[in-house]
Amino acid sequence: MARPFQFTIAVAQINPRLGDVEANLDLYGQQMREARGLGADLVVFPELSLSGYFLKDMVSTVAVRLDSAEVTQLKRLSRGRSLVAGIVEETDDFTFYNSAVYFEDGNLLHVHRKVYLPTYGLFDEGRYFARGDRIRAFDTRLGRSGMLICEDMWHPSSVYLAALDRALFVYCPSTSPLRGISDDQEKDNNARYWEMINSMYAQTFSIFLVHANRVGFEDGVGFWGGSEILDPSGNRLAKAKYYEADLIAAEINLKAARRQRVASPLLRDEDIDLTINELLRIRGREVDGESRQAKSAAAITRKSRTAARAMRGGRRRRAT
Amino acid sequence: MSSANAVASGHACIPTNPPLVRRILTSFIANEVRKVGVERVVVGLSGGVDSAVSAMLAAEALGPENVLAIEMPYRTSSAESLEHADAVVAACGIHCEKIEITAQVDAYFARFPDADRTRRGNKMARERMTILYDHSARWRALVLGTSNKTELLLGYGTLHGDMASAINPIGDLYKTQVWALATHIGVPPQIVQKQPSADLWKGQTDEDELGFGYREVDELLYLMVDQRHSTAELAAAGFPEAFVKRVTEMVRGSQFKRRLPVIAKISNRTIDRDFRYARDWGR
Repeated sequence: MARPFQFTIAVAQINPRLGDVEANLDLYGQQMREARGLGADLVVFPELSLSGYFLKDMVSTVAVRLDSAEVTQLKRLSRGRSLVAGIVEETDDFTFYNSAVYFEDGNLLHVHRKVYLPTYGLFDEGRYFARGDRIRAFDTRLGRSGMLICEDMWHPSSVYLAALDRALFVYCPSTSPLRGISDDQEKDNNARYWEMINSMYAQTFSIFLVHANRVGFEDGVGFWGGSEILDPSGNRLAKAKYYEADLIAAEINLKAARRQRVASPLLRDEDIDLTINELLRIRGREVDGESRQAKSAAAITRKSRTAARAMRGGRRRRAT
Repeated sequence: MSSANAVASGHACIPTNPPLVRRILTSFIANEVRKVGVERVVVGLSGGVDSAVSAMLAAEALGPENVLAIEMPYRTSSAESLEHADAVVAACGIHCEKIEITAQVDAYFARFPDADRTRRGNKMARERMTILYDHSARWRALVLGTSNKTELLLGYGTLHGDMASAINPIGDLYKTQVWALATHIGVPPQIVQKQPSADLWKGQTDEDELGFGYREVDELLYLMVDQRHSTAELAAAGFPEAFVKRVTEMVRGSQFKRRLPVIAKISNRTIDRDFRYARDWGR
């Protein structure tokens, strides 16, 4: 399929049933049908929306393999368009990941395994899931894309990596709980924080950012919804209701990205070598301790230059 | 403890945001009730602000026809409490039944005539619980909780009595937040403005019994629990040391009331320790 310049992205802000994959697959199907009515070329679903979130000991019973009947059904739902699903992924060696899967026209294109598993406060993901070990952009017929799941987005390095890997679109399925209230605000504090970082990331990295959050309650914990689609200037192209199920869609025009990148070529000017050098120096300090830092700094810098060159593969050169 | 109030006021500004809380809690009630496959709730209506708020939120979330309020007076209950409970029923149009608990409580204590008022108060709270749970089955309704965060943290409630419920919309709201919400959702003002009382004996008020006011203890609990302030920071904020110590001890000492019974571990999978499922399992 040729890459269209203008298309429609939708977010299915659903309230999945905890631990009932069959019911949630039906919900996916129903949302895909509704999204077709909105002319959606891609529909993004929330994190773990095929299974529900507070799974605890259910993780192993709701997990699906990428060759399972459930994933085959998701592929089928993506025929003629694209779909981002949130699943518990089980691997051949019986490891379980909190994964986002990108389907395009009946094919599985990419899997992102959540890297940052929150295990503090009300969260306990590190107890139940294995941690992803990579953040990679990938090509789709709609453009180069990256996927990050919920907490991944709270680490700026994740978005940075996706953007430097030339993702023009970042899809973020999440299950973000409502918490903290302030006076005179129409939404909770967590919602406000998310909207701030979404807008900041979209603008800073000149990317289309799609945040697909869920709604409903699990054991009294509510999820705030408020999903949104932002353009590379940080404008909200579509915004879902807070605290209620919704289906939103926005027309994407790549000219918006072009305009923004012409006006603010921040990504072009990004100094990867500098970042890598400094990161290696910082890591060296942490690994070796302060005393060895001076001695090894020169060697690390030398190594990092070689590594950086190899990693770039000559693809991204600085203008100077 | 009025000195604590004077010194500490202004240090903790507890947010209330009643419109947002109302939206979240009505959604919570509708979600958590319907996913269990029922449409209704049953709530004990005491005439106090906590049960008034729970009942009125439920009426808004589920429709008044799906809320059954039960007034369960004992012979010493104040006439004012019943009038206030009736005012709530009138304000939101829910069903109401009155079931006196005097006979069943007195029948029991005829065997223990020297029981003190704590035992009697606890017994009344537990008799009310059995009536609510009986109506839960009779009416296919969930029992709606009415304990606020202040009393849950202080342990100022009867275990398996007024603390028992299926879902509790106000358990994460301090008493002062409940007052703000009550005014916003139209709880009759005489209920919001009166001295809170468990009404377990004549002339009882919460603040007399506790020995401090809700406003001052809420400020302290908010800083201590929500904002994780240390004892030293609380002292620096102007809370008297003895007050902080007493409240800290009340929270620690009542932890058992907020947990399931302790189970002796034998197997590899013990309930709630390594057999872990959400209550909303499959819902």
